[in-house]
Amino acid sequence: MAGPLEQFEIKPIVPIRVGDLDLSFTNSSLFMVIAVVVITTFLVTSMRGRALVPTRLQSMAEMSYEVIANMIRDNVGMDGRRYFPFVFSLFMFVLVGNLLGLIPGAFTFTSHIIVTFGLAAVIFIGTTVIGIARHGTHFLQLFFPPGAPLWTAIILVPVELVSYLSRPVSLSVRLFANMTVGHVILKVIAGFVALLGVFGVLPILGLVAITGLEFMIAIIQAYVFAILTCVYLHDALHLH
Amino acid sequence: MELEAAKFVGAGLAAIGMIGAGIGVGNVWSSYITALSRNPASKDDIGANIWIGFAVTEAIALFALIVALISLFG
Repeated sequence: MAGPLEQFEIKPIVPIRVGDLDLSFTNSSLFMVIAVVVITTFLVTSMRGRALVPTRLQSMAEMSYEVIANMIRDNVGMDGRRYFPFVFSLFMFVLVGNLLGLIPGAFTFTSHIIVTFGLAAVIFIGTTVIGIARHGTHFLQLFFPPGAPLWTAIILVPVELVSYLSRPVSLSVRLFANMTVGHVILKVIAGFVALLGVFGVLPILGLVAITGLEFMIAIIQAYVFAILTCVYLHDALHLH
Repeated sequence: MELEAAKFVGAGLAAIGMIGAGIGVGNVWSSYITALSRNPASKDDIGANIWIGFAVTEAIALFALIVALISLFG
C-alpha cells in the first residue's frame, strides 16, 4: 500500500539523456503539455464564432479575459496593460495546472517547488529588471521611501530589503504548500476508507467535502498568484 | 531519544505555529463582516480583497505545516 507522498513522484515517460543531463519527458511535463492544450483549445474554439452576443462558451473565455484585464487595470494602472499577456498566461497555466491535479490519478505539476519557484523567480527577476529599466538608480527608493526621517533608515532599509527578497520565496512556497498539503490530506483520508470497512462511508463524505474545498483553493491560489504578480509589478512601475 | 521519536516530537512542535495563522484568518472575515455591516454598499469593493488576505495568511499556516512534514518525512 503506497503512502500519501508517492503521488508526487516524477516518473519519466520518454527517457532522454543528453550527456550527463536527464531531459526525459516526465509525467510532470505531460501534464504541463495537457494544460497548455486545454487552455489553447478552450480559447480558440470558444472564440471561433465571434458572436456579438456571446454563447456560453464564448462568455467563459471573455470572462477569464475580463478578470485579468480588470485585475491589471486596478492593481497596476493603465501603463501595466502591456503585461497582460504575461499575467494572463501565468494565471491560466497555474489555474489549469491546479485543477487538472484534482482529477483522480492525475499529477499536479504545481505541487513541485521547482515548478513554482521557476515561475516566481521569473516574476521576481522580471519585475526587478522592469523597475531598474524604468527608474534607474531611483529604483532604490523602493527600500527607503522619500519623506522618511534619515535616522529610521538603519531599521527600515534592512526590513524592506528582506521583505523584498522574500517575495519569490513566499510566492512559490504558498502555491506549492497549498497544492501538496491538499493532496496529502486527500490521500490520508482516502486511506481510512479501506481501514474502516462498512463505516468507510464517513471518510468518503469527508473526501467529498475536502475535494470541494480543494477546488476552491485551486482557484483562489491561482487568483492570488496572479494578483500578487500585479501588485509586485505596480511596486516596480510606480515605486509605492 | 531515537530519531523516529524525535521526528514525531518535532512535527508536533512545528504544527503549533498554526495558532497565529488561525487567529489571522479569523480576523480577515471578522473585519469584513464589521466593514460590511457599517457600509453594506461596499460589498463589491472589498469582496475581492478578502480572498487575497485569506490566501496570504493561510500561507503562513502552510509554511508551519511544511516544516512539520519535512521533519516527519525528510
